[in-house]
Amino acid sequence: MQARERIVRRAAREVRAGMTVNLGIGLPTGIAAYLEAGMNVCLHSENGVAGVGPAVATERADRNLIDAGGAYVSTLPGASFFDSAVSFALVRGGRLDLALLGAMQVSASGDLANWIIPGKFTPGVGGGMELAQKSRRVVALMTHCDKGGRPKILQECTLPLTAPRCVDRVITDMAVIDIRGGTMLLREIAEGVSVQEVVDATDAPLTIDADAISTF
Amino acid sequence: MLDKRTSIEEAIAQITDGASIMVGGFGVPGTPFLLLEELVRQGQKRLTIIKNDANESGMGVDLLVANGQVARLVVSHLGLNPHAIERMNAGDITVEFCAQGILAERIRAAGAGLPAVLTDIGIDTLLADGKPVIEFEGQRCLVEKALSADFALIHAERADPFGNHTYAASARNFSPLMAMAAQTVIVEAEQLVAEGEIAPDAVHTPGPFVDAVVHLEALTDAYGVVRRGNEVVNRAG
Repeated sequence: MQARERIVRRAAREVRAGMTVNLGIGLPTGIAAYLEAGMNVCLHSENGVAGVGPAVATERADRNLIDAGGAYVSTLPGASFFDSAVSFALVRGGRLDLALLGAMQVSASGDLANWIIPGKFTPGVGGGMELAQKSRRVVALMTHCDKGGRPKILQECTLPLTAPRCVDRVITDMAVIDIRGGTMLLREIAEGVSVQEVVDATDAPLTIDADAISTF
Repeated sequence: MLDKRTSIEEAIAQITDGASIMVGGFGVPGTPFLLLEELVRQGQKRLTIIKNDANESGMGVDLLVANGQVARLVVSHLGLNPHAIERMNAGDITVEFCAQGILAERIRAAGAGLPAVLTDIGIDTLLADGKPVIEFEGQRCLVEKALSADFALIHAERADPFGNHTYAASARNFSPLMAMAAQTVIVEAEQLVAEGEIAPDAVHTPGPFVDAVVHLEALTDAYGVVRRGNEVVNRAG
């Protein structure tokens, strides 16, 4: 299984019936395809939609209906449209149960960096800061290491932060790690990956209870 | 009520060099492409453009950038427009980034006659640089200044001559906020309907906020479904 698919499949299990959820642009958008069919969940898109349904092919697309990543989408019964101030009142007011966000780096204390590589990648933050700071639960998704094999889970982020101390859980292609009060707890490892491999690929101390670690 | 119907040429001719202009839209939906194309045709210079994004390369606001009419952009992101990022990195335009919901709230504040908003969003990040931080009721807050503009360019699905209007689906986004925050508000409408045809309860932005209503006789390709990659761009309808 490709790293991306492994991450997205596992991340889909974070979404529970009854939640209001934001899927961040990029990797997390792919989660929608792995949600249990008919699951009673309200997907929020920051351009002003609650109740986002499946993506639609361009032939059948409504030219006025996109998600925040620019994909043409449908709506589910019970959906609503609203302006950008209302959309972010929903975010900052604490109505999002869960945000699944792509990440470039996550620190041991839950700092998230996902919006800028100074001098190289400067697209702007969009709604990322508010989603990271104000969602009730933030799950960060990323490959465990970068293309050069360097760890992306670090004692301290080296990239500018999106928000400090906001990440509750990190899901990578190698592991699921919870962050509680500045410590990282290894909860799950991917099939075919050893605990030692995760430790070696992580540049921050991991708390490990070998008996409690499951496989995904 | 006052009839605010205006020709597109006359509406855009009010804009002078150096003006600040809010432009509705998040990606394609809600972007007033025909008002922007008229602005390109008339060629006003040194503009400040305030919009969520700078559209995609070759569309909407990007046409103003390519035509050298933009001095400054205030946006939440430029991710879909590599051309604008290039011009920013080359120093041709200055860009102020703002967290998306705070951009909305700064605009809303200006429209509501408030000088600023207090927020903890972006505190201790690069976006806090140069902004005052105060302590209020035990919490550190950034002071985010209200954002007004000389003009707002808005795309409506339906409008009446007085300027009452509605938006379609996700085309609403920043438009209702911008329509409150500019000195002169120009609305382009796909459908022009008689007063009373939009039920008072169904009005999204009330007529008193609007200065000019431009009826679009036909939409152009830019309003259509965008086919990305190697596919041909679909033509609107």
